[in-house]
Amino acid sequence: MMPSPLLDTDMTITIDHITRRFGNYPALDGVTLDLPEGEFVALLGPSGSGKTTLLRIIAGLEYAEQGTISFGGQDVTDMPVQNRGIGFVFQQYALFRHMTVAKNIAFGLDVLPRKDRPAKADIDQRVDELLDLVQLPGLGGRYPSQLSGGQRQRVALARALARDPRILLLDEPFGALDAKVRRELRKALRQIHDRLGITSIFVTHDREEAFALADRVAILNLGKIEQFASPAEIERDPANEFVRDFITDEVDDKPALSLVRT
Amino acid sequence: MSRTAVKRPDPLQPSRPVALGLLVVAIIYVSVLLLLPLAAVFVEALRNGWEAAAAAIVDADAVAAIKLTLLVAVIAVPANLTFGVAAAWLIAKHDFRGKDFLLTLIDIPFSVSPVVSGLIYVLLYGAHGWFGPFLQEHDIEIIFAVPGIVLATVFVTFPFVARELVPLMVAQGRAEEEAALSLGANGWQTFVRVTLPNIRWGLLYGVLLTNARAMGEFGAVSVVSGHIRGETNTMPLHVEVLYNEYNFVAAFAVAALLALLALVTLALKTYLEWRHHDALAAAGH
Repeated sequence: MMPSPLLDTDMTITIDHITRRFGNYPALDGVTLDLPEGEFVALLGPSGSGKTTLLRIIAGLEYAEQGTISFGGQDVTDMPVQNRGIGFVFQQYALFRHMTVAKNIAFGLDVLPRKDRPAKADIDQRVDELLDLVQLPGLGGRYPSQLSGGQRQRVALARALARDPRILLLDEPFGALDAKVRRELRKALRQIHDRLGITSIFVTHDREEAFALADRVAILNLGKIEQFASPAEIERDPANEFVRDFITDEVDDKPALSLVRT
Repeated sequence: MSRTAVKRPDPLQPSRPVALGLLVVAIIYVSVLLLLPLAAVFVEALRNGWEAAAAAIVDADAVAAIKLTLLVAVIAVPANLTFGVAAAWLIAKHDFRGKDFLLTLIDIPFSVSPVVSGLIYVLLYGAHGWFGPFLQEHDIEIIFAVPGIVLATVFVTFPFVARELVPLMVAQGRAEEEAALSLGANGWQTFVRVTLPNIRWGLLYGVLLTNARAMGEFGAVSVVSGHIRGETNTMPLHVEVLYNEYNFVAAFAVAALLALLALVTLALKTYLEWRHHDALAAAGH
């Protein structure tokens, strides 16, 4: 629907030797990954492993000191976040609290330059479509503060999808939700991904969640990729000691280094 | 036996004598320090009746003072509104070297005595000041003229907007701005559509404080004004002149008008909060 500068290109994501330091501590230390188009990938690791930093660098919300990011062969390392054609779902949703749900979802379309902006009626229709997609029909008039956590999460997802991004990035999408809502939303997210076929990456520290949801899982530790494979492969053949421990133990709440944002 | 027998007193509340005692202290405190002086201004102004008070206000020098005060406020408030928002945005939403130093700089007008601020401007722009000879050569009057009064007022009211907004914007964080950017908004759209609406109530409050202080400033303005009647006297200065001339009714009449302007601003704020109560509640303020 949206004219995107990256539309109709192949949406593999190539991460090449990305390095980022916070002070003296390497948050990411030469990370290299190839994510095939249309896959659903989890970035899994303990706190401080650099997984959120990597996601934010892919989005363009954070910069890499070294290395390059390409989308479908096009180098986007220096491209501002606005032009990357991504949708981003934030950990605490970051909904615009002074706007209704409908206005939140329409935001990406409302800020388009006049010549690219759809007509008001088309935007309204698109908002309704998206509300249906995330199973919140009729809630467009509410304010974020009037929604439950799970509903806010769905609105954040709808908002991120409004401009038809080719890549969807989600930062701990289920982190703040209770177990039942988590399971529902997981299923919904997977269905939406399969329906739209967009390359999706989500960050999680929950092994079970990553394995249940993702086509492939990248396990990070201390700024490095320990293994990148399908859940079955990782379980059958863990690449090293760390991966073996991580997938068998409950190491969720054992921060590797708590100084740094995960 | 019966459930409706005696109601248990709320154990989380103070006992009745303590509560009453606190209430009385609060009422006395507020009355003596806030209400009584305010009432006294109006009582004194109307001591000789409405006509005398009105005459003091329509007096040519008083009208000139009122006009000058409003002119100063009209310049100082937008100037510090713009600066305050820009500074708060920079400090709250960005990381840079020297951030704490900038915050300290913004606080200088709060920590320096207003008289000292006035004197600094005399030292810089007065006839014998650093730029005095240059200004005289080019026939520019700053000290003992309107520009000096405006400068001193802008200086004194410098921190109000920024100080009001910084904690608010820090608490709100950057996530909504990042969301706007990730949705394709440019910097200006992000600021106007996301940042500004989120701070509008804090901003309103900062502007009202700035305005109240701009109209009421005495010390700094007194030093740079020169007290030329009908020309460089603002309302607070005019009040002092009248009072020193034992013209008490006129002095209190002008003071009452000044107090009324402040009360009107407060009423306006309360009205806006009441009008937008629903929006405020929904936005989680």
